[in-house]
Amino acid sequence: MQTAKSLKEYKRQLQEALDNGFLRGTLDKFAVAYPAGRAKAFQGIDVEALVAEIAAAKDAAIDCLDDLYHQFRDNAAARGIHVHLAADANAANRLVAEIARETGCRRIVKSKSMTAEETLLNHHLEAAGLEVTETDLGEWIIQLRHEGPSHMVMPAIHLSRHQVADLFGEVTGSPQDPDIERLVKVARRELRRKYVEADMGITGANFAIADTATLGLTTNEGNARLVTTLPRVHVALVGLEKLTPTLHDALRVNRALPRNATGQAITSYVTWITGPSPWEGTPAGERQMHVIFLDNGRRELARDPTFRQVLRCVRCGACANVCPVYRMVGGHQYGHIYIGAIGLIVTYFFHGRDNARNLVQNCINCGACKAVCAAGIDLPYLIKEIHARIQTEEGHPLPNRLLSLVLENRKLFHGLLRAARAAQKPVTGGTAYLRHLPMLFARQHDFRALPAIAARPFRDRWPALRPSVAHPRLRAALFAGCVQDFVYPEQLEAAVGLLAGAQVGLEFPDGQSCCGLPVQMMGENDAARRVAARNVQAVDPDGCDVILTLCASCASHLKNAYPRLLADDPALAGRARDFAARVMPFSQFAAEVLEIPAEAFQAGGPRATYHAPCHLCRGLGVRQAPKDLIARGGFDFVAASEEETCCGFGGTYSGKFPQVSSQILARKLADVEATGAEVLITECPGCVMQLRGGARHRGMGLRVLHLAEALAERLR
Amino acid sequence: MTSTHDMRQLFQAKAEAVSAVVRTVASPQEALAYTVELCHGKEACQLLIAGCGEALSPKARELCDLKPQKVIAAPGLPPAEGEALGRLCAARGIHLTDRPLREHLAGIDIGLTYADYGIADTGTLVIDSSSEQLRLATMISEIHVALLPLSRLRATAYDLEAELGALMGRAPNYTAFITGASRTADIERVLALGVHGPLELHILVWEDK
Ligand code: SF4
Ligand code: SF4
Repeated sequence: MQTAKSLKEYKRQLQEALDNGFLRGTLDKFAVAYPAGRAKAFQGIDVEALVAEIAAAKDAAIDCLDDLYHQFRDNAAARGIHVHLAADANAANRLVAEIARETGCRRIVKSKSMTAEETLLNHHLEAAGLEVTETDLGEWIIQLRHEGPSHMVMPAIHLSRHQVADLFGEVTGSPQDPDIERLVKVARRELRRKYVEADMGITGANFAIADTATLGLTTNEGNARLVTTLPRVHVALVGLEKLTPTLHDALRVNRALPRNATGQAITSYVTWITGPSPWEGTPAGERQMHVIFLDNGRRELARDPTFRQVLRCVRCGACANVCPVYRMVGGHQYGHIYIGAIGLIVTYFFHGRDNARNLVQNCINCGACKAVCAAGIDLPYLIKEIHARIQTEEGHPLPNRLLSLVLENRKLFHGLLRAARAAQKPVTGGTAYLRHLPMLFARQHDFRALPAIAARPFRDRWPALRPSVAHPRLRAALFAGCVQDFVYPEQLEAAVGLLAGAQVGLEFPDGQSCCGLPVQMMGENDAARRVAARNVQAVDPDGCDVILTLCASCASHLKNAYPRLLADDPALAGRARDFAARVMPFSQFAAEVLEIPAEAFQAGGPRATYHAPCHLCRGLGVRQAPKDLIARGGFDFVAASEEETCCGFGGTYSGKFPQVSSQILARKLADVEATGAEVLITECPGCVMQLRGGARHRGMGLRVLHLAEALAERLR
Repeated sequence: MTSTHDMRQLFQAKAEAVSAVVRTVASPQEALAYTVELCHGKEACQLLIAGCGEALSPKARELCDLKPQKVIAAPGLPPAEGEALGRLCAARGIHLTDRPLREHLAGIDIGLTYADYGIADTGTLVIDSSSEQLRLATMISEIHVALLPLSRLRATAYDLEAELGALMGRAPNYTAFITGASRTADIERVLALGVHGPLELHILVWEDK
């Protein structure tokens, strides 16, 4: 449970997590194993179509949440189920305590429920003098340790068998063998007694089916079945978003949920409960069943055009499983109660701004979560939107305001870059790197060598480079982005060289500036909008067939974010869409449009591997073109494992959380090193900066090149 | 459309993938005999209720002392099959209980039940468990033996929507999808079977048409 009061405190806690060897090892193994298990479970299923169906059905349910609630309530009443609606967490907790009092219950067994975690139900019930026992093994373990979950599906993933053995030793009063099979059996016996004694069972629900008033519960352990069978009172605490019109909706979600969560085709148990089944505990006794629906901001969320999609979440936990930051720091640092990308977002709504403020800054924007989400939620976008919203509410920090101001004014920005080049001389010592980091950077940035600003930006070199093509087959406008323009102009020069002879009419529209992603990453939406407007005005989409970009991050931002950013600008919305439609990354242009042939290159190149930039493979869906070009370029290509995992750059992210960035980078470079490649090729200047700086810092003999540079070297 | 044969193979493969045992028998009678022999053949050490060999707290240990002999519960069997099972059990010295299973919460050796349906693409059993007896038999047993006439097999859960809808329409209803034994991976992501429910699931199928 993340509760740091300040960013500084948060960073200190992040460091502690990064230093936890067991946690790092466990999450690393999981991160590598998960994608393979997931892929296997989805074999033969059209995942994209399934996710789209789930998203559409969920959206339709969110549209009529109140109606579904009423329908469920009426059907439930006819089946002897008591239905309650709790406005917030407190109301829900009070209701449960009241039901316990009215029915004379003192001992409670619970099966796993994130909703009950959300309301901190156990604390409340214990304070009311009730005994509460979690029966899901992982939940029981963390309950005994007085901790929150560190993963939504595997709540105790942060603990080792030795820690569990010590804990069970305390609980049973006899020392325990740290053997997992045996520990599980100990839990079986200890918890069986709890079921026998309990008079109330509390569950959550994965589904609340309105047309039959049926609850659906998925578990692997089977504990929910005992919880709903042995005690005479069953209380289910259910988020309103679990309401769904029909059984079919639930079955559909259940095709994706277990596969996405743990790579299982289905969980061991799926339980469908429609009303209180006969009670056979005492001759005269009767079973009672209560369903408490929790609002806690959900109905308001359902009306929010931007954020309503968070209610689609089916709590599979996959967004944490693939998150490079989660992998480094674990769930206690990557969520307040809800964990992972979705946790970063819903913390703001369910647990307030104070708990969300630090968390939402700790997203590198790699898009891995969005790519696996069972409900098709645009998680990275929403994380940035929360960040922006918090800044609107609290005021924008000074560094953000300065950066916004600078980026919105191209002349000022470029003037500053030129001035910085002059000022950096003392620290570069004539090399291409900053030898000592200017005071602007903390010592923490020392994990990679940082490049110096180039002597002459690309825009100054352009007039001499501009090819003159009499009858162009295509007209392309080059969008440089600031890193290539001012730090790595040679990458653009290499591309210009590669296009020579291809009959492409190339232009470099002068008014272009930074794409605006850095300010968007800092939650500065207004600045991002104004920068987008400048660029859309500077590059006339009607004057070109393609807007060619060698920076994957720029390309993805131009293509995916510009139409959205300018959608409400009547003068520019249409132009922004045309602009976005023409944006194309370099590899796609070279491989698929120009079809540069293998004959253009010398054979027998060195062994090379590839790093897929997040914004290229997931942001733009371009996966094969760069690798095809590497092969055509005569390189001896060998794929690195986890090719599509983030390098840890994330633009301003690596400046804000250098300790996390450096660890992600270390993993990446280890995977690259394992290939034995001499050359590492990628297609984003930000990735080049991170990877080249990291390789140099470690003294690796690896050359890190932009794809354009790598190919230009191999030209015949 | 998948053929019945394919569906059955898929069912078996999927169920076995989650460590269920699937056996084809000639008739329900053979299934009863299988169950009794399974119970009889359980190793002496496995007679201990799961977990009772471990270091437990005194209160949890009390439950371990309640179990006198091997016990099978078979709620919901047709009367003739129940009687046949009773004879087989008696011959092997096994107690076939007809007492409320709440008196056996320490655990029983085998719970024998019919399954209402099977779902091939996930290897799942569908069991209307509205009766508490039947529900407990599938939960507190060390081994759950389920009987599935093959005419009850469907390709996917979607193909059972009408039947499930009918069950849910007859409230109160408690319907279970059961796939493999009770499992957990909550400690170090290492798979362990039998955390709360059965340690083993045996599925006995036969051609009934
Ligand atoms: S975008 Fe990447 S870093 Fe951000 S939450 Fe999603 S997976 Fe994690
Ligand atoms: S946001 Fe998506 S991936 Fe994350 S838990 Fe929810 S459904 Fe699963």
